[in-house]
Amino acid sequence: MRYALFLGCTTPARQMNYEQSSRAVAEALGVEFIDLPFGCCGFPLEPLDRVRALAMAAQNLRIAAEEGLDIVALCSACAESLVKARWLLSREEGVLRRVNRVLKGELGVEYGGETPRVLHYARMLHEEVGLERIREAVERPLEGLRVAVHYGCHYMRPSEVYEGFEDPERPRSLDELVEATGAESVDYPGKMECCGGALLAMSERIAREMAAGKLRRLSDLGVDALILICPFCAIMYDRYQTLILEEGRVPVLYYPQLLGLALGLKPEELGFDLNAVSVEGLLEKVGAR
Amino acid sequence: MFVDVGEFDARFLRKLKGEFDESHLACFQCGVCSASCPVIGIEAGFNPRRLVKMARLGLKRLTLSSEYIWLCSMCFLCGERCPQGVRIPEVMTALRNLAVEEGYIPEPMKRIRRLLSEAGRLYPIDDFTAEERTDRGLPQIEAEPGFVKRLTGAKP
Repeated sequence: MRYALFLGCTTPARQMNYEQSSRAVAEALGVEFIDLPFGCCGFPLEPLDRVRALAMAAQNLRIAAEEGLDIVALCSACAESLVKARWLLSREEGVLRRVNRVLKGELGVEYGGETPRVLHYARMLHEEVGLERIREAVERPLEGLRVAVHYGCHYMRPSEVYEGFEDPERPRSLDELVEATGAESVDYPGKMECCGGALLAMSERIAREMAAGKLRRLSDLGVDALILICPFCAIMYDRYQTLILEEGRVPVLYYPQLLGLALGLKPEELGFDLNAVSVEGLLEKVGAR
Repeated sequence: MFVDVGEFDARFLRKLKGEFDESHLACFQCGVCSASCPVIGIEAGFNPRRLVKMARLGLKRLTLSSEYIWLCSMCFLCGERCPQGVRIPEVMTALRNLAVEEGYIPEPMKRIRRLLSEAGRLYPIDDFTAEERTDRGLPQIEAEPGFVKRLTGAKP
């Protein structure tokens, strides 16, 4: 299994624990990542100019197509942006023409319908590696650990562009991935809430309040950890948690950090030193300290 | 808020219709979008049903100058639930793009465009970051992707 790894903007600069754990876990499972000269997925530019945003996504698709590689994205917003561009450009000729006008004018290239598949990292684990192989690779079952999963939004919505992957309101894949480690995925009110991350630039107040609701409920519920698969969600639930909750803080782990522990990897290989909310108690509980 | 329907602007309506997504034409104002919205409970003035209605009435100035078109969190839940298949987040994007064309650009959005067109990244890979990546055994990556700068465009 060989993929082009799409890092996005946030992860390689501000959430290196996600990148570090994702690479370590992939290696442990025999998944090879190739680094290509990708750039912004287009998502931040969409509110300003959707044609240019699509052109940016299309150029990234071209870069992967030239190498004949499918893309694995760490950030859910990047995944959605690339999946949507691929979907839209294969259906809407008018949009394709407008996008190609920009690509031609700025870069002298055209999007010719090259269509590498684009998978979120968690989806790649679920669909390509598979739960069976993950279960077999577990060396330190995380039994007794009760965690809450947060899907976020762009991992499976808009469902139209994801073409039947996951239920847009009752997804299961992340719960199943968690259960493959031996941990329990608990149901909780507000499981499908939005983290507010996409509003952070426009209104810190609204974004923070959106994140606060889920954090307070999880704190009351007393789960061992909140499990994420997107750097935007981590900024809201991990970084901002230190401003939102004075006490009863909830450790926040990226799924590959959780899986990495189950695979027997060392905490230092999984970038835990960069988690904002302390994870020491959890590491002790699973016997990694 | 008082709405003067006399401000109807037919050219704005045609332009909105000409954007990629015409799904908003099917809106019958049931309000499932607003009932599903995670933002409305925090910012009561934000109301997707109302914004779609204002746009459908051709109220160009009121719609495009409204700060509310920038407060959709893009969770896509409303679009999943709309019984008429209106892609509400796509409508928000179309309205934002048209607002930008008219010069209504919030400061944070100007900053995003500046970062992408000048640095090619939202978060720079400066020397400090590059060093930390090396320490962690992570590969070096393109600090300033040139195609991102060019594709962002330099409009103020």
